[in-house]
Amino acid sequence: MAEEITLSVFRGDRSGGREQEYKIPAVPGMVVLDALHYIQAHQAPDLAVRWNCKAAHCGSCSAEINGSAKLLCKTRVDDYTDEVIHVRPMHTFPVIKDLVTDVSWNYEKLRQIPAFQPAIKAPFTLHQRDVDRIQEFRKCIECFLCQNICHVLRDHSAKDAYWGPRMMIRMAELQMHPLDTADRIDLLKGSAGIGYCNITKCCTVVCPQGINITDNGIIPLKERVADKYFDPLGGLVRKMHK
Amino acid sequence: MAQSAETIHGSKSKSGAAWWVEPYLTVLALGLFGVYSLWLVFFQHTGQFQNYLSPFFSPTEDWGIKVLPALWVLWAPLLFRATCYYYRKEIYRGFFHDPMACGVPESRRKFYFGETRFPFIWTNLHRWFWYIALVVLVFLWIDAVKAFIFPVAGGGSTFGVGLGSLIMLVNVSLLTMYSLSCHAFRHLVGGGSQKFSCADGSPTTRYKLWNTVSRWNEKHGLFAWVSMFSVWFTDVYIRLLIYGVIHPVRFF
Ligand code: SF4
Ligand code: SF4
Ligand code: FES
Ligand code: FES
Repeated sequence: MAEEITLSVFRGDRSGGREQEYKIPAVPGMVVLDALHYIQAHQAPDLAVRWNCKAAHCGSCSAEINGSAKLLCKTRVDDYTDEVIHVRPMHTFPVIKDLVTDVSWNYEKLRQIPAFQPAIKAPFTLHQRDVDRIQEFRKCIECFLCQNICHVLRDHSAKDAYWGPRMMIRMAELQMHPLDTADRIDLLKGSAGIGYCNITKCCTVVCPQGINITDNGIIPLKERVADKYFDPLGGLVRKMHK
Repeated sequence: MAQSAETIHGSKSKSGAAWWVEPYLTVLALGLFGVYSLWLVFFQHTGQFQNYLSPFFSPTEDWGIKVLPALWVLWAPLLFRATCYYYRKEIYRGFFHDPMACGVPESRRKFYFGETRFPFIWTNLHRWFWYIALVVLVFLWIDAVKAFIFPVAGGGSTFGVGLGSLIMLVNVSLLTMYSLSCHAFRHLVGGGSQKFSCADGSPTTRYKLWNTVSRWNEKHGLFAWVSMFSVWFTDVYIRLLIYGVIHPVRFF
């Protein structure tokens, strides 16, 4: 007989809900998204789950599996032997239905970031060395798992004060571009609220793309803010240098 | 703990330990180090044993400022470490539960201002404490050299190697690596610049420096812990010599 696995999946909407148990046959190599598709096909056709690529590339299938922020399509079922697999929607964003959350706030914030303003007109040639650093940030698939786990947004509901790690690395990507001329430092210190991040690194831990969000993105940005606001001496030296 | 380890993100660290082990270990280690430092400040007046000097008491020069000998020195590395990006993470997790581990609900406080207000806004001054720590480091290197120059009976001195000399050398080397892998230093040497290539396509000096410091920076957390324990251990060794509990070992 095929091995059986038990999933406990959140069913509900904005007004509330609860976890419901499903038992399904295990298939070798199965990921949690496969298991949910099996449930959809055989037991609960109305189960809502957002997905697109099933290859850890589109960033649609973010959820919480046994309390960890993960991609459903990248998490293997056999990572959880002899235990029930609890699947819940992301905690930080409002539930639309079952596992689908409303992440539109993130897109609103992305639109508020000053766009790339190149010093010269494209096309231009860049040295690889100059873009290595920002290419790390461009690996982002906008799954918003980092936004989900960031305690500032998750526990303190400070969405009005801090834009979250995804927005920080988007700004780092633009700010560190060798040809960019826009200044995002005032925004970072002001309404984007970089000071709310206390560098506790959960965003880095959950990022499925392995981006060093804190060490390579947020801390260097904090240092740039410090250049401008907390280091009059350094500012003077830089002025003379120019 | 209300939640079982399994239902919490970060429930299993790489070592397989429960999520709350790391924050409690942090509190224990930093707490004991703090208590030990206070004991030195209030109850110990010297760190000198022959040519060995405890890092807690260096530099010994007081430039006319009269304070407790260990306190004269201690504030600088203490503020340096307290504002270090790595220790900040450990302190916020261990002492403030902000958060204790990833995904673990924080329930105790309503207000959270992060590093935008007093007191934690002061962490932005980390680079200043880095400059001061560098001065202290110069003194510690001088002490480490002195640890290899032993007095001889009847006057004069000679080169020699004792267990204490080696301990002091390892300690100052670890402290140097801790300081040179600092995030603020990484920014200072090159991280702050936008361009890493010269007009002819060759790497700038700042790029090379940044690249090297970046590699060290990956191990910054490790250097933070081992250098703290080495400072501690160096003092304990010298203090045991001062109290005559153990005898100095001299290799040649
Ligand atoms: S490091 Fe900063 S941005 Fe990342 S999860 Fe922690 S508080 Fe949020
Ligand atoms: S930074 Fe990583 S965790 Fe955050 S949205 Fe991008 S891919 Fe997802
Ligand atoms: S379905 Fe595209 S990332 Fe999971
Ligand atoms: S970041 Fe740790 S010493 Fe500067």
